Amino acid sequence: MKFLKNIVDSVKPNFEKGGKLQKYWPVFDGFETFLFVPGHATENGAHIRDGIDLKRTMVTVILALVPCLLFGMYNVGYQHFLAIGESAEFIDMVIYGAIRVMPLVIVSYGVGLGVEFLFCIKNGHSIQEGFLVSGMLIPLIMPVEVPLWMVAVATAFAVVFGKEVFGGTGMNILNPALTARAFLFFAYPTKMSGNSVWIATDGMQTVDGYTGATALGNAVEQGVAGIPPFMDAMIGIIPGSVGETSVLACLIGAVILIASGIGSWRIMLSMIIGGYVMGYLFNIWGANSYMEIPAHHQLVLGGFFFGMVFMATDPVSAAQTNMGKWIYGFFCGLLGIMIRVFNPAYPEGIMMAILFMNVMAPLIDHYVVQGNISKRLKRAQVIA
Amino acid sequence: MAETVTVEEKEPLFSKKNRQLLIDPLNDQNPITIQVLGICSALAITTQVKNAVVMTISVMFVMMAGNVIVSLLRNGIPDRIRIIVQLVIVAALVILVDQVLKAFVYDVSKQLSVFVGLIITNCIIMGRLEAFALANKPWPSLLDGFGNAIGYGWVLVVVAVVREILGAGKIFGIQIIPDAVYAFGYMNNNFVILPPMALIIVGIIIWIQRSKNTALIESH
Repeated sequence: MKFLKNIVDSVKPNFEKGGKLQKYWPVFDGFETFLFVPGHATENGAHIRDGIDLKRTMVTVILALVPCLLFGMYNVGYQHFLAIGESAEFIDMVIYGAIRVMPLVIVSYGVGLGVEFLFCIKNGHSIQEGFLVSGMLIPLIMPVEVPLWMVAVATAFAVVFGKEVFGGTGMNILNPALTARAFLFFAYPTKMSGNSVWIATDGMQTVDGYTGATALGNAVEQGVAGIPPFMDAMIGIIPGSVGETSVLACLIGAVILIASGIGSWRIMLSMIIGGYVMGYLFNIWGANSYMEIPAHHQLVLGGFFFGMVFMATDPVSAAQTNMGKWIYGFFCGLLGIMIRVFNPAYPEGIMMAILFMNVMAPLIDHYVVQGNISKRLKRAQVIA
Repeated sequence: MAETVTVEEKEPLFSKKNRQLLIDPLNDQNPITIQVLGICSALAITTQVKNAVVMTISVMFVMMAGNVIVSLLRNGIPDRIRIIVQLVIVAALVILVDQVLKAFVYDVSKQLSVFVGLIITNCIIMGRLEAFALANKPWPSLLDGFGNAIGYGWVLVVVAVVREILGAGKIFGIQIIPDAVYAFGYMNNNFVILPPMALIIVGIIIWIQRSKNTALIESH
């Protein structure tokens, strides 16, 4: 640590005002505060301060994502060896998965942080750490077979048009990670959906009966008969995007987020309720085989839990008021399941639902606040 | 006609004021990026450069002819029914354009489909008739129509170039991204073909324009 501190201190004068590399101060500042507690104190005005800054917040979320990432790596390997019909040790699966997943992570971080640094230097403000989480989320919601250059393009698009045009971290109306996925989904549908992208086969011979379809892809075609058992989906040994398959890993993340107060339990709970209500209504309706999938089973498939824990709770793009959070979460779940069942072209409706509700969130907040104001006004008038 | 106008006006054909009529719409008063008019057609027909060019020429013809006719009639048009008169003039011109397109470039006409007819409701045209031609002489009106059509056209063509290259790898239907690149795994971007992306591209143009043009930078 001492050694690191010495290096940082020795190059610092170059970046300070008047130094040679003054232009790159934001980059230096970003790295310095990442490594050490910031040395400057608030200068004026009264501030309510907490022991946690944006960087620590983001690191907590990344911590919460680690179970999903690790399980994702294992599952990539597991699905690979299952598809080619070889038996393999646990460690082989993890290593194979890591080899496939790490490039996605590296590309996502490299491109995203690069774009972010560029904007910071250009605009002369210090680096905000919002991308630390987005950079981890993006690889986890990609199919494992997605080409790396697509990840790079989508990440750049998401950072610029999902975030920077609105003013950077904290100002975005859409979740950047979902923006990246939606961009790819519409731009290169053949690489983002269908049966050939979810399992890494490396072009090897696959076993008989292998289809490569996800649970939701099967559900569209075969309904109840096509989906994996509840416990498989719960644990997550089913094909799907890298980090989304395991409900258990998502729940571990949810516990971390709720315990640290970063993720909103209101959104998570109301989203489950919303999804369950919609699933249950479909059960009652039962017009086709897809609708007959039990509501609780419906929820553990696809990216419902991953979206719920890590995307819908994004404090920037979600609703801000407590009442608003209930409404917002409820409709995320409701619409997600509805899109999934009604439109087979969009097997993963959660992405669309959350993006849509991101856009609606300010409206929800507006009416919640207005409703509160008029309620209190009425009370005041009664007393008067 | 141009000559007679000069005699009446007794000012040079391309006086500073008249030149301003031509130049303003290209940048400071661009109909699409500044006034945000005519967006619908800009989003709908810019998937190919060819369509954008044909559309620009059509709009240019309608706008110039419409401006001149309305300008000539400006003292005879009763104020209360001026919108109807303008509509009749524009509609007649648009039908003319439509028939010409059908006769000579049928495939483009089919792709532009309803948007040729919708030139009638193109906000830029009605806007210029109302804002300029009704109050100005024919020659400045002609220049104004030309300038605005070019201002509309360059945005259209830029958007179309971006969309056609990224969406189909072509320009004017000629492939410009070599097969070797596709062999490496490059793919055409389907999102660019969809109208939302056209809106984003227009947004990028506005972004670049506002950051370059100091007159447009708002003070906060």
